[in-house]
Amino acid sequence: MIGRLVPVILFLALGLLLAVGLKIADHKTEIPSPLIGKKMPEFTLPVLGQEDTMVSSEDLVGAPFLLNIWASWCPTCRYEHPVITELAKSGAVRVIGLNYRDEAGDAQQWLRRFGDPYEFSLADVSGRTGIDFGVYAAPESFLVDAEGNVVFKQIGAMTNEVIEQEILPRIRQ
Amino acid sequence: MFRKWINLAVILFSLSAASVLAQEPLVFDTPEMEARYQQLTLELRCLVCQNQNLADSDAELAHDLREEIYGMMVAGQSNEQIKTFLVERYGDFVLYRPEMKGNTMALWLLPGVLLGIGAIALFFTVRNRNRKLAAQKQEGSS
Repeated sequence: MIGRLVPVILFLALGLLLAVGLKIADHKTEIPSPLIGKKMPEFTLPVLGQEDTMVSSEDLVGAPFLLNIWASWCPTCRYEHPVITELAKSGAVRVIGLNYRDEAGDAQQWLRRFGDPYEFSLADVSGRTGIDFGVYAAPESFLVDAEGNVVFKQIGAMTNEVIEQEILPRIRQ
Repeated sequence: MFRKWINLAVILFSLSAASVLAQEPLVFDTPEMEARYQQLTLELRCLVCQNQNLADSDAELAHDLREEIYGMMVAGQSNEQIKTFLVERYGDFVLYRPEMKGNTMALWLLPGVLLGIGAIALFFTVRNRNRKLAAQKQEGSS
């Protein structure tokens, strides 16, 4: 009797495994960030368009902010741009850009064309700060709390759902 | 027939040519260091094209990370230090051979467990069949 049940149990187990696989298939290229819950990486970067002004990670501690990794060469950044713009306009959180592996001229032209929602953008021309943040594709967004800890990372385009469900509740805390 | 083999050889050759390492010319002090670099970049995953290692990948990030690894090696850092540097930023996923620890245990043990289950199932199937055959033989002879 038990012997007959074994194939059925195996079949159900395999089915369950495949169902879980299907469920996470959409997100399987997203790599969970080991930075969550840790201090944001240290950096000192020039401000895009004001290359003499340097901003360090310490300067940003005090109020929560969203660090949006963007570049003029990144089509998905354009796609998410209205969402980022709306969030910045709402005043719910500081929105700071990290212009990633870009040319200053291209980046500034991109902002003129599509609007500049950022308080300012940091220019990470070499991509070195991006490596410290574990950036592997633009756009990505990091929510940093008032103490300077990374509390959330969005890989890919920012959406209104993510803002509602992930960003805003973490700011209100 | 002969033609078939030539076609196969051509296909295999072009496949091997395609996997030539996508690397920039780097200067190493010693052949040992170069071998270490090659080994390291083979064991580390490119985050952009996730089924390629860092040695093979042509992505810009892979290029940056190779440069970073080279710089750390020149600065005298150990393989462990370099891997830790990458895991702290990109997580265990960057390692093609993840370390044995709590959350990667399933990854390491599951293949063995599945193989074990298969072996046990095979053992019982074969034993049952042998018994059945033996029983049939007895019936036939009696």
